Amino acid sequence: MTDNAPMVRFDGVRKTYGPLTVLDELCLDIARNEKVAMIGPSGSGKTTVLRMLMTLERIDGGVIYVEGEPLTHMERNGKLVPADQRHLRRVRAKIGMVFQQFNLFPHMSAMRNCMEAPIRVLGLSRKDAEARAAELLEMVGLGDKKDHYPSQLSGGQQQRVAIARALAMRPKVMLFDEVTSALDPELVGEVLNVIRKLGTEHNLTMLMVTHQMGFAKEFADRVCFFYKGRIAEEGPPQQIFVQPREERTRQFLRAVLEAG
Amino acid sequence: MAILLAFAAGVVLASYAGFREFLPGLIEGAWVTVQITVLGAMLAVVAALIAALAKMYGPWPLRWLAIAYIEIFRGTSALVQLFWLFFVLPHFGIVLEPLTVAVLGLGLNVGAYGAEVVRGAIQAVPRGQWEASTALNMSRASALSRIILPQALVAMIPPWGNLFVELLKATALVSLITLGDLAFRAQQMNQTTLRTVDIFSIVLVIYLCLALVLSQSMRALERWAARGIARGRVA
Amino acid sequence: MLWDWNYTFEILPELARAALVTIEATLIGFILAATLGLALAILRMAKNPAISISATVFVEFIRSTPLLIQIFFLFFVFPHFGITLSGFTAGVLALGVHYGAYCSEVYRAGFENIPRSQWEAALALNLGIVDTFRSIIIPQAIPPVIPALGNYLIALFKETPLLSAIAVLELMQTAKILGSESFRYTEPITLVGLFFLVMSLVSAALVRLVETWLGRVGRRV
Repeated sequence: MTDNAPMVRFDGVRKTYGPLTVLDELCLDIARNEKVAMIGPSGSGKTTVLRMLMTLERIDGGVIYVEGEPLTHMERNGKLVPADQRHLRRVRAKIGMVFQQFNLFPHMSAMRNCMEAPIRVLGLSRKDAEARAAELLEMVGLGDKKDHYPSQLSGGQQQRVAIARALAMRPKVMLFDEVTSALDPELVGEVLNVIRKLGTEHNLTMLMVTHQMGFAKEFADRVCFFYKGRIAEEGPPQQIFVQPREERTRQFLRAVLEAG
Repeated sequence: MAILLAFAAGVVLASYAGFREFLPGLIEGAWVTVQITVLGAMLAVVAALIAALAKMYGPWPLRWLAIAYIEIFRGTSALVQLFWLFFVLPHFGIVLEPLTVAVLGLGLNVGAYGAEVVRGAIQAVPRGQWEASTALNMSRASALSRIILPQALVAMIPPWGNLFVELLKATALVSLITLGDLAFRAQQMNQTTLRTVDIFSIVLVIYLCLALVLSQSMRALERWAARGIARGRVA
Repeated sequence: MLWDWNYTFEILPELARAALVTIEATLIGFILAATLGLALAILRMAKNPAISISATVFVEFIRSTPLLIQIFFLFFVFPHFGITLSGFTAGVLALGVHYGAYCSEVYRAGFENIPRSQWEAALALNLGIVDTFRSIIIPQAIPPVIPALGNYLIALFKETPLLSAIAVLELMQTAKILGSESFRYTEPITLVGLFFLVMSLVSAALVRLVETWLGRVGRRV
């Protein structure tokens, strides 16, 4: 595995819900430490991309590779067969996800939310998990709230805890699924700041579905515009936002701007 | 508030009906009733958890066993089950004490209804919790035991409260397998003194008080268990 | 031996007769419960607090105390007033009152589901309270709660063995008598259990059918 191999590769990936094709022979390569923003109308398949990478949805065709290794399949006698639990969990460990609805564990404090998986899955000692959690909560600006329960935190704070929780597992790829869409406007900034910080201070490959066009323009290395299960256009933010080549991209951006 | 009313009613009735005469014997019976209720409740919870988890996540032989258990104990009434355990088991060489029959029969009976409560509560935990657990690469067993069940347990306390009150009421049936509970003592006293109205009025009030204590305790338990977890939607 | 088939066929006729008694008790008891429940539910909505509170207290009292005790109470109390009730009558009465209390809860929920606007429309048309209930409220409140009532019918049916405590010759009592005569309890009691199990499974399926049928019909409104 050379450093040039893509961190994540979607190879002809298909996803259908009954008669509906949500992802249509998707081919996408994401390089190590690349920050990719995925935009597009709802139903265009961009959230499905994240969810399939996180193994929350089954794959209906094609293969997903992470660091050169297939994710949902494994090699057996030179052929690709569906992966078993052990393989799945091993490769999945490289991926972390932050959800639109935060999905924090309501019966645990912020601290314990961040400690639970490292203890249970990575086998960290309580002390080590605690130290790691404290450090991460500090980094997202919630060091003083570590003993608070999710119900005692604002949406923005909860989302930041969710980011810390995902980071505690030391993933190589971080997925952000519209993480600010459920937040009140004044709380969006604090979460985007944390994401920005992550991008500059950590070696992370980041894949985000977002409607925050301004943020995507400034932060992403590459922007993919999804339309009806395919990538209609992709390129650096400069191209997509300022001089889009495709008419559909232009239409979408116009509609988004009008909505303010 | 309601407890005070019930106690007041109880005191009024008792003082009218010749307190000293009946109360000691009835209290003894009530104690047996309470014991059966508590032991039966513990068995019911254990049985319900096992049956629900087996039905939802077990391999198919266990699943069918759980379904059979649930359908049989829900499809026949508690009295039939008690009589079966009391009269039929001896033919297979198993002779149980009435108390054991009582706890076993009632516990398994309520447990079968409880299995549905457990299942409903587990399924009511938001899907996002499962997804977050997967995203953190937790195993299914870990997610179930550390994340899902703790949340489900809080949600199931109110329906369990109702089931426990049903259990309390069902304990009266054990008087029919010669166990000396409150109902048994009441019948006994009724047959010797024929003071039906007095005796059974006090008895009904005692059951009412026990039921109230039970439901208030469950409500307090719910408040304690839900501390920290806000109910309702996220901001 | 574990199971005597000859004995089984011997006792079937007698058990069949007893089954009729059980079914009789169930049906009469339920008609009583359904009617009483409706009356109680309406009383609980009375404007006069004395009536509504008494009805509520009565319902809560009945629901929180064991049916067996209520059966004993009714059976042994009436002779004190010079009336001797047969076991069957007292038992069916107790079943009716007990499940009437449960049914009243069901009706109450049904009534509460009727939007206020219906009451207001009836008032605007100057319909009296009786007519309002009869033509507007009850026809809308009852169909949705029929499945719940059905479930209580099944529950009542399963509790008829309690009548054996006052020597009513329904299934359980008959089984016990047969058992004590022949010293073989296995067959009678197991057969009774199977009967209830099968009836309960069948009726549960029927109730679900009614529910779906009602679901389809109700939508049209």
